[in-house]
Amino acid sequence: MADLTSNFLGITSPNPFWLASAPPTDKEYNVRRAFEAGWGGVVWKTLGEDGPPVVNVNGPRYGVVHGADRRVLGLNNIELITDRDLHQNLEEIKRVKADYPDRAIIVSLMVPCEEGAWKAILPLVEDTGADGIELNFGCPHGMAERGMGSAVGQVPEYIEMVTRWCKENYSKPVIVKLTPNITDIRKPAAAAMRGGADAVSLINTINSIVSVDLDIMAPEPTIDGKGTHGGYCGPAVKPIAMSMVSEIARDPETAGLPISGIGGITTWRDAAEYMALGCGNVQVCTAAMTYGFKIVQEMISGLSQWMDEKGHTAVSDFVGMAVPNVTDWQYLNLNYVTKAMISQDDCISCGRCFAACEDTSHQAVLMSEDRVFTVNDAECVACNLCVEVCPVENCITMVEQAPGTVDERTNKVVENEHGDWTTHPNNPGAVAAE
Amino acid sequence: MANATSTSGIISGRLDRKVLSDNFDDLHAPLGEHEALVAADRCYFCHDAPCMTACPTEIDIPLFVRQISTGTPEASAKTIFSQNILGGMCARVCPTETLCEQACVREIAEGKPVEIGRLQRFATDKLMAQSHQPFERAKPTGKSVAVVGAGPAGLACAHRLATFGHDVTVYEARQKGGGLNEFGIAAYKSVDGFAQRELDWLLSIGGITMAYGEALGDGLLLDSLKAEHDAVFLGMGLSGVNALRCEGEDLDNVVDAVSFIADLRQAEDLSRVEVGRNVVVIGGGMTAVDAAVQSKLLGAQDVALVYRRGKENMGASVYEQELATSKGVRIIYNAQPMKVARNGKALSVEFAYTKTKKGKLSRTGESFSLPADQVFKAIGQALLGAPEELAIDGGKITVDEHGRTSDALVWAGGDCASGGDDLTVTAVAEGRDAATSIHATL
Ligand SMILES: Cc1cc2nc3c(=O)[nH]c(=O)nc-3n(C[C@H](O)[C@H](O)[C@H](O)COP(=O)(O)OP(=O)(O)OC[C@H]3O[C@@H](n4cnc5c(N)ncnc54)[C@H](O)[C@@H]3O)c2cc1C
Ligand SMILES: Cc1cc2nc3c(=O)[nH]c(=O)nc-3n(C[C@H](O)[C@H](O)[C@H](O)COP(=O)(O)O)c2cc1C
Ligand code: SF4
Ligand code: SF4
Ligand code: SF4
Repeated sequence: MADLTSNFLGITSPNPFWLASAPPTDKEYNVRRAFEAGWGGVVWKTLGEDGPPVVNVNGPRYGVVHGADRRVLGLNNIELITDRDLHQNLEEIKRVKADYPDRAIIVSLMVPCEEGAWKAILPLVEDTGADGIELNFGCPHGMAERGMGSAVGQVPEYIEMVTRWCKENYSKPVIVKLTPNITDIRKPAAAAMRGGADAVSLINTINSIVSVDLDIMAPEPTIDGKGTHGGYCGPAVKPIAMSMVSEIARDPETAGLPISGIGGITTWRDAAEYMALGCGNVQVCTAAMTYGFKIVQEMISGLSQWMDEKGHTAVSDFVGMAVPNVTDWQYLNLNYVTKAMISQDDCISCGRCFAACEDTSHQAVLMSEDRVFTVNDAECVACNLCVEVCPVENCITMVEQAPGTVDERTNKVVENEHGDWTTHPNNPGAVAAE
Repeated sequence: MANATSTSGIISGRLDRKVLSDNFDDLHAPLGEHEALVAADRCYFCHDAPCMTACPTEIDIPLFVRQISTGTPEASAKTIFSQNILGGMCARVCPTETLCEQACVREIAEGKPVEIGRLQRFATDKLMAQSHQPFERAKPTGKSVAVVGAGPAGLACAHRLATFGHDVTVYEARQKGGGLNEFGIAAYKSVDGFAQRELDWLLSIGGITMAYGEALGDGLLLDSLKAEHDAVFLGMGLSGVNALRCEGEDLDNVVDAVSFIADLRQAEDLSRVEVGRNVVVIGGGMTAVDAAVQSKLLGAQDVALVYRRGKENMGASVYEQELATSKGVRIIYNAQPMKVARNGKALSVEFAYTKTKKGKLSRTGESFSLPADQVFKAIGQALLGAPEELAIDGGKITVDEHGRTSDALVWAGGDCASGGDDLTVTAVAEGRDAATSIHATL
């Protein structure tokens, strides 16, 4: 079995699966259970400054978008940072770290944007023996209204400044957790880097309203007739988060900055995908909240099976392997021609491909009177819509047209050479190929 | 075709080969890739899952099902085999309707459980097709253990002992291993020689020597096994059959259901297996159902399964009873055989109707008789050839929860040992746990 030992910023853990800062890591009790279940590390639920802790609502905190069979697809929450006493949390962190020296414990922090506040809390964290800190610049609700969380995370200058304070007043790795509620994720990442961050982690939750109660006309979860936007996470956010991760991984300014991937990770495959896009490790929240800590066992067995199959001996082997293949649209090969092909053996004649193509696309799927479905290559633009709407896996496939043959749609010979928009004759700014 | 279902007497070839091969095909077709994903998706990944508690080998069902949904059936199979090395056979033969699937929360909520047995088969078939087994022997310990009987109990014990690094010799009375997996289980539950394939695959761990044709009590003595080995495990099953204790029991064509089934299982060509036009099966367990169903599938015209108590008392599950009736077997409840008599070339069985009051069985006074070319006795098996020096409890070798017998060097498990249901999966659990106990004392 492959060795899953992970080394992220010099912090080792038996596997790259950490629990993200959230309710699963809010207490010693939970964290001990998590470690017993096999999690490699945790980012402790965000701590605030000393003094009376924040308070949470006493009504419902969560709303969910369900899929078929009530599968949790997206989770929305209006919870704040820890509502437990700072010193109690610190004592617990110290105790758990002492008992689990091989696991990673990172302390998530969110205090006001003043140097004094950070200087006050950092030595206390240092004293716990935890392996590093994560700066929560992401929480999109509640704390942001008080000038913390995403209110800081949306201003690159603040990120840089606070990161620098932390690097100056704390000896171990500093991870900056980014909010996705921003237009260009590379800006806060670069700011964190300038401030000296050892890594970024992303994403925190996305502003969301998951549903509206149509009887009382209020967003859900509803607290005494009112609701507020919350933070969205779970499987639904994975595509958004992965795109952001890839932007940071391939931007020349931030390339090489270690990344901890977060957002919707539920299976070993999700984790492997994030890592292929450049994440040194991953963090999980919603999957654990939905299925319990045992879920990590599948992540461990699945990742090691896949690594064995691919011949990877260490998790670092494949980190970032997909990054060189993430490119801009303008560099995609326009001479690569494919056509949809329907396997008559697999087709169950539901007609979804026809409806999709006929009504909304290019009228390339043909339907006979006896419900035989075929593709007309002269109309097929290879958009892939039929492939994705077909209920039968691998029934419709995209077949590459060999160079030298004629594309029936354009009546042009398929060329062997790469040709993209940068050199395309229709592009006014095209540069002639050398 | 010469012979038909209506041809009188006991003959072969009542059905043509094509019909026979359809009849004896897999009872449940294996799941395809897509079907498996859809089936796996229904599992809720329950906490402290009730299905898992209901499995005698305590397979981590939520985990293995999830491993199927995430595209790693091989990892899934490892989860299964690490608890139950005969997980492939159990997936085919477990009465899941009274075990894991009965306990599934979706059975309770919707009457439609996660199809655990079929999913288990999907995963185990996948890994076994790749032929290597996912376990290795620990460093040889130099200790040796004798296992008597190559049925599920003996094999599970031998495999677990081999993983610990002990040398194992399996003494098996027959010329072929597998026990009832090979000789007893209904043909349509274990098609295509699965029992032997599974046996070979299991033995590929190494460190297990098979000694066929070696029967304890028949030349082989417990004392000599104890002298030659460091411990002994008995997994000899129940090779005797209970008597009907009614007149005419010794007539020709009144036979043990188990030996009828064994012959059928070993037949190279089902169109050469003889069966009567009228068959009467007496009993109420799985053996009775299997004998009745397979008689019907061979082409018997009329098969009656007669059980002395009511439907709810029957050892075979409701699912098995329904399987029998769906194949055309007539089940007669509350009737007891009084006499088998010769009637020309055939037989006639006279039954008394019974009633059960406060658990006590009595005759109502009414009776009926059934014509029969063959009568199959399936009223339970009995322990034969157990070493006399061991304590016996209710006709079985007395064991504690670790499988220890009254002799400190001897363990026992499976059908021959006291306690537990007589099921393949129970035999596996007991063999496995005895191995762990043996290992702890070596
Ligand atoms: C017809 C029939 C159908 C069944 N169907 C099912 C089913 O669908 N599902 C299910 O879960 N269970 C079923 N069972 C029960 C199941 O087969 C048994 O519970 C299980 O096989 C018991 O395993 P075992 O290893 O204890 O014994 P066995 O499988 O009986 O194996 C005992 C082995 O020991 C050998 N042996 C016996 N005496 C000696 C000796 N003196 N020396 C050396 N070797 C000896 C035998 O030859 C045999 O190979 C069925 C049983 C029967 C009879
Ligand atoms: C109820 C809840 C509370 C959270 N609290 C915090 C927090 O205190 N600090 C923080 O950095 N992130 C917090 N998060 C965000 C998660 O750490 C994580 O970034 C996000 O949920 C995305 O991961 P997921 O899709 O695996 O859930 C919280 C998320 C949830 C659902
Ligand atoms: S969507 Fe798929 S299954 Fe349905 S008609 Fe089209 S090709 Fe056939
Ligand atoms: S071994 Fe049998 S009882 Fe256990 S999970 Fe598998 S099918 Fe169910
Ligand atoms: S009880 Fe049913 S739903 Fe729950 S884990 Fe077991 S198989 Fe899955």
